[in-house]
Amino acid sequence: MASKKFLYVNRKAPHGSIYALESLEVVLIGAAFEQEVTLAFVDDGVYQLLQNQDSSALGSKNFSPTYRALGDYDVNRIFVERESLELRGLAKEDLMPLTWEDEDDDWAEKDSIHVVSSKELAEIIEQQDVLLNF
Amino acid sequence: MKFSIMVNEGPYTHQASDSAYHFTAAALKAGHQIVRVFFYHDGVNNGTRLSVPPQDDRNVCARWSELAQQHQLELILCVAAAQRRGLLDQDEAKRAGKDSDNIAPGFEISGLGQLIDAGIQADRLIVFGD
Amino acid sequence: MSVLHIVNKSPYERNSLETCLRLARPGSAILLIEDGVYAVRAGSSASARLQQALEDHPVYALRADLQARGVQPESLIDGITLVDYDGFVELTTEYEKSQSWL
Repeated sequence: MASKKFLYVNRKAPHGSIYALESLEVVLIGAAFEQEVTLAFVDDGVYQLLQNQDSSALGSKNFSPTYRALGDYDVNRIFVERESLELRGLAKEDLMPLTWEDEDDDWAEKDSIHVVSSKELAEIIEQQDVLLNF
Repeated sequence: MKFSIMVNEGPYTHQASDSAYHFTAAALKAGHQIVRVFFYHDGVNNGTRLSVPPQDDRNVCARWSELAQQHQLELILCVAAAQRRGLLDQDEAKRAGKDSDNIAPGFEISGLGQLIDAGIQADRLIVFGD
Repeated sequence: MSVLHIVNKSPYERNSLETCLRLARPGSAILLIEDGVYAVRAGSSASARLQQALEDHPVYALRADLQARGVQPESLIDGITLVDYDGFVELTTEYEKSQSWL
């Protein structure tokens, strides 16, 4: 069977609920299935990618470092909606610098995160086969 | 067509499980196949054997077991989500040293890979959540 | 064109309908279920927004959810197509994929 295009749509903030963490767990397991994986962060989902998250005072697991490993799992198509960022007074620089190494380009380190317009994200959604929401 | 259903919320608190159930039943009635119903997040709570709802209301958990039996459906509870929330089958309970297990008939505990596979095998994957 | 957008939350509780409308391409369909059906009641800010959306999208609402919530057919804005669960299933076969805006 030809591989399918999976899109994981993340719209919820981390820590206030488990959706961010459990969504990430699906992505990591899913990476082994050799499908084409894309992540979208929209609305409060953009907060999942904020730098400097430290949940130690909450006594809960800080899973934000796991996003940095996505590149190693060949998950490098990560789209963040510009409008969601702007509404929240955020810019790409506020997000974790997620990267991946392109073996077809001499292992050059490249950005995994692409900030896109709503129109561009709408097109990306249309191109997918399986849409997962959490 | 082949459908996979994802249920992200538990019984009663959210309508997700009800909507998913009615959708699944309608799909079966229309002659479609269900690859599997995958329960994630609090959705694993639909798999409890111990729910005792009031007599005058629908039995969300039992209803899934019955539908599964009628149509040989695969009802999968994600193992990680289930462990976190205390939904254990006999093997899990023994492994974890717990004094009891609580999975309802028709439900099976399995890995997240089943969700990805559900997406790969089906023509359509529908998500019900909050 | 090939996406069925499913919205299940009230437009006043959550921004799901708003985000859906921002990210739904013209020609894609919108199905309101559960608390999402409140958006079709005429005279509300959400229904005004939906009226605009109707220019670009067929909009459906699940009859059972409207009935449960006491939203009468007469009180809906024009142009909404009501469906039962059978119709819901049919919509998911008609459109290539479903996006659940939770």
